[in-house]
Parts: sequence; C-alpha cells; structure tokens
Amino acid sequence: MTTVQRPTGGHGGAPARPVVEVRGVSKRYGSIHALRDVDMAICPGEVVGLVGDNGAGKSTLVNIIAGALAPTSGEILVDGERVGFKSPTDARDAGIETVYQDLALAPDLSVWQNLFLGRELTVRGPLGWIGWLDRRAMAQQSVTDLERTRIRISSVSSRVGRLSGGQRQAVAVGRAAAWGSKVILMDEPTAALGVEQQQKVGELIKTVASHGLPVLLISHNLPQVYDVCDRILVLFHGRLIADLRPEETDMDGIVGWITGAAMLSGGSTR
Amino acid sequence: MSAPQPPAAALDAHVAEGELEAGRDSVPVFQRFMERIGAFWTLGVLAVLIVAFGIAAPTLYTKAAWLATSSFAVEYLILAIGQTYVIVTSGIDLADGATLGFSAMAGSLLMENLLASHVSGGVASFVGILLMLATGAGIGLVNGLIITRVKLPPFIVTLGTLTAVTGATDLLNNGTEITNLPGFVTTLGTANVLSGWLPVPVLIALALAVLFGLGLSRTRFGMRTYAIGSNEIAARRAGVDVDRHLVRVYMISGVLAGVAGLLVTANFSAASPIAGANDELYAIAAVVIGGASIFGGRGTMFGTVIGTGIIAVLTTGLVLANVQPFWQQVAIGAVVIGAVAVDRVRTRAGTD
Ligand SMILES: Nc1ncnc2c1ncn2[C@@H]1O[C@H](COP(=O)(O)OP(=O)(O)O)[C@@H](O)[C@H]1O
Ligand SMILES: [Mg+2]
Repeated sequence: MTTVQRPTGGHGGAPARPVVEVRGVSKRYGSIHALRDVDMAICPGEVVGLVGDNGAGKSTLVNIIAGALAPTSGEILVDGERVGFKSPTDARDAGIETVYQDLALAPDLSVWQNLFLGRELTVRGPLGWIGWLDRRAMAQQSVTDLERTRIRISSVSSRVGRLSGGQRQAVAVGRAAAWGSKVILMDEPTAALGVEQQQKVGELIKTVASHGLPVLLISHNLPQVYDVCDRILVLFHGRLIADLRPEETDMDGIVGWITGAAMLSGGSTR
Repeated sequence: MSAPQPPAAALDAHVAEGELEAGRDSVPVFQRFMERIGAFWTLGVLAVLIVAFGIAAPTLYTKAAWLATSSFAVEYLILAIGQTYVIVTSGIDLADGATLGFSAMAGSLLMENLLASHVSGGVASFVGILLMLATGAGIGLVNGLIITRVKLPPFIVTLGTLTAVTGATDLLNNGTEITNLPGFVTTLGTANVLSGWLPVPVLIALALAVLFGLGLSRTRFGMRTYAIGSNEIAARRAGVDVDRHLVRVYMISGVLAGVAGLLVTANFSAASPIAGANDELYAIAAVVIGGASIFGGRGTMFGTVIGTGIIAVLTTGLVLANVQPFWQQVAIGAVVIGAVAVDRVRTRAGTD
C-alpha cells in the first residue's frame, strides 16, 4: 500500500504528463475545512476513483475542478498551465466535462438536442445570425459521437424521457466524452441506478478512458471503484490521505482508509 | 442510427464490450398512440366542432360568420403566441390581458395629444404604435426581472402586475375611452385582402403565429425555451443563461400584448380602459387546449393556433345556435379541463 503521488498513466505505468493537476487546494466554508491542502494529478487515459465518507469533501473537490466553486487557496493546472475558472462554462471551454448523479438532461428534448444544448450548431448565413438550428448536422454528429463510445440508442431523435435511467446516464456520459478533451468528472454517476445499469455505466467509463480521456470518478459503490479504477484516492475530513492501486490493496484496505482506521493503525499518511 | 434489437445473448456480448442496449419501448400502445398524434387530436376536435355547429346553425358557413369568428380570435391568438413561450418555460403570464389594455391606452393617449398639437397623423401613428410596443416590452421586462432576480413564482408576480397595471390603466385617462385616433390606426381595423375574406388584423395574427412558431421550433432560442421548461437545472449546467432567457420570454409576451392592444384599438377605432380584461384566461386556455403542458417543456405553436380556433368556434357557434352567452364560458371551461386530462395521459406516456 502506497501513498506516494504518482503522475503515471493507468496503462503500462509509463510516466505521463498530467492533464489536470490540483496543487495545495483548500476550501473553507466559514469554520468548516471542506478541503485541506489537497494535491493530486490525473494523467491521460486514467480512471481515478475518489472515495471517502459522507462530508469528506469529494463533491467540493470535483466542483472546484469543474469551475463551479472557487478554492479558498491553491491552484488548478490544466496541461501544466494555471487556470482560474470563474464558472462551469470556463471549465467546459477548457475541455473539462462533468457528469452528475441526476438532473443533467432535459427529458422533453431529444437525445441530439441534449447532446448539443448550450452548444447548438446553427446554419451558415443570415439565418444563422438569428440562431437557426442546423438540426441535420447535430443529429448526424450525435450518431457519430455515441457510436464512438459504443452507446446504442434506438434513435437520436427519441425524447430522453423515454429512455431508461441507465440509457440516460449513458447519454450524459456520451455527451461528456464527445465534448471533453481533458477530463471527465463524475460525481456519483450511478447512485440513482440499478445494479445492472451501474455495471453498464462502469463498462462505459472504461471505454471512454481507453480512448485516452481520463475520468475522475466519485462513487460509493466500492466494488465498482475497485473494478473500474486505475488509482483510488481517499479523502478523509478534507485531507487526501491515500493514493492506492487496486492491485496493491483489497476492499477491506480501502474501507480501512475511508474510515480512518488505516491511518490510526500506522499506515503512512500524506 | 436505428439499431435492430439484438437477441438476449448477443446483447450480453455487447454489454461485455461496453455497450448499452438500445431504447426499448415499454410504453403501452394506447399511450404511445396518444403521444404520437400530439397536437393533431385537437385538430380533430376543431373539425368536429365546425361540423356540429354547422349542423345546428348553418349560418356558421357564411362569410359574415367567418369574419366575426376570425376577428374575435385575433387578440386571443396574439396573446396566446406569447403565452406559449411562457408556458413552455413552465411559467405563466397572467398580466398579458392587462398589458394589452395599458399599452393600448398609453399609445392612444399619446396619439390623441399629438393630433391635438397638430402633429401629422402618420407621425402620431408611428410614435403611438412604438409606445404601445415599448410599454408591452417594459411590463414584460418588469415581470421577467422580478421573477428571475427576486426569485418569485411567475404566478404570483404576474398576478401582482395584472392588478397594478389594471389600476394604472384607469389612471391614464380617468377611466374613459380615447376615440380621437389617427386615420392610419382606424383604417388598420377595417383593411382587408382577398376581396374581403381576410381582414388585415387576422393576417397579422397568422403571420405572427408562423414567425414565432418557427422561432420556437427551429431556432436556438426556441430549443432553449423548451430546455428551461423541461429541466431548468440541466439548462443551467449546459451553460444556458436561464435568467436572461426568461426575461426575454416575458418581454416577448409583453410586446405581443402591445401588438394585440394596437389591433384591438384599430378594430374598435377606440382605446378602452377595459380592453383586454380577462383575456389572459382565454389565452392560457388556448395554449393548454393546444397541448402545451403547464409543467413546461411541451407545447407547439400549431397546437396554440388550433386551441384558439376551438375557443373562437365554440364562442361564435354557441351564439349562432342561440345558446345563452353564459354557456360559452361553461363550455370553454369544460374543454380546458378535458384538454388537461388528455395531456395527463400523454405526459404519462412520455416520461419514465
Ligand atoms: N455550501 C456549503 N456551505 C457550507 N458547508 C458546506 C457546503 N458544501 C459543503 N459543505 C461542507 O463541506 C464538507 C464537504 O462536503 P462535500 O464536498 O459535499 O462532501 P462529500 O461529497 O464527500 O460528501 C461537509 O462538511 C459539508 O457539510
Ligand atoms: Mg457529494
């Protein structure tokens, strides 16, 4: 079991340059220290798990990387460059996409409309100035994007409300994969799904990462984290206390870190 | 991309490769049918009404009846166009009838004063009409800003502006009519094309319906309007500036109320302080009959046009059939409830 920060890719372990780095990030809400001096890095193609008890600071960390929250101190680097996101839109423009547990799609819109909402393609010429939609281009692009992540939806013009929970989450992941170029952040993407659907989304996460796009996955489903992730980071009361490799630990080991027991019994801390 | 359903074993193999299976329709056949026919069922209702009233009162099929029905529909249709945008966002604009009355009075008061100080009729018309539109936009802006900045429900906000604006309308000319209007405005009310079959106000209302219908179904603005009504949080997360969008939607409703105010004034050759009173109820009814969901995310301009048609035919038809006028409201109320009941079935077919 090791806690050394390793900026290496998930496949083969060859050293790789991190796409996203978090340096000395702290976040305070009044007297609450939600995050304390967190350092971490995500490399191309990696699936990094982020686990911890309720209130450990996982969502806070993801929201800071996603531009939805500003850190109290510390910095975020994308491709080695310091960034100062003022909104989630800034983060998206930098290639960072987020998949939420729910409420991410508009059920009355079609699959392609959801994929392009906020980034609609318009036709060229004067009609484009008034925002005339290029529906055909968006529908075609949607088919290609979903095929690349091997998501099968009967038709990209189906209303999203007609899809199952798992399919909806697949569309959300497909959207993130289509637009993201640096990293996909997922805050409990399978918490609202049944067991079988959770597994399918897990497979989908692997597929996305195999295309080189790294994923930061928050999940309470430890078997899934264990199965899907190349590295597992553990947050404990706002501190990043462990950086584990699944092959070097087991489920009990992870649980030990989450509850803090491993720290007390002499495991090295960061 | 329409993937045929793979058999179960093949499906497992796909899943192992990281695929998700295609969408399966687990929705009952009847509900799927209801969803598919969409707004077209209302077209059927309209056809049935036209046939039924035609049998009860054959005068329905005369030019006079058509002109009466279509002219009656003008102000409700124009209000309902704006109301469609508002309802699709899951909002409501109770103030649009009051806005009609206020903007008509404000613009007419200006025109009367300009004429009194010997400004030419053309200039007076131009400035007066501009004021009507601006007044409508202004009231819409106030509605939109209170809803998005103070974060109050649209129902409460527009109920408040409905009351305030109605009071302000009476202040404008001590509650009396304005009849001294430029020739352009009064001519607008009687002008027509197609040898008298198509009054210009009706033409304007239909043109606006087409224009705003395309805006709703074919533009980025329209798509975002649906997205906000369907899932506001999702729209925000997708980077849509929801607050600014909503302000614009309420301004559209306000400007259209100003247009309706102009056409009502033109039609009567007078601006009345009670013009537009209770119109919002008919406009909302037309939108709901047309298949829009008051919970947002759904509705079409085509449906709204048909919904307005149903209200107009019901009203003229009952008059021609010599039914007591009170029954008009009872009938319209019944149709609204029926439409919402059908919408319920369709909505259940749609989500989950
Ligand atoms: N907006 C907020 N205001 C005050 N405290 C907050 C806020 N958001 C989160 N916290 C606190 O910060 C800590 C970390 O929360 P969070 O990041 O949501 O944890 P997790 O996602 O790991 O469950 C918790 O103690 C939580 O109560
Ligand atoms: Mg959380």
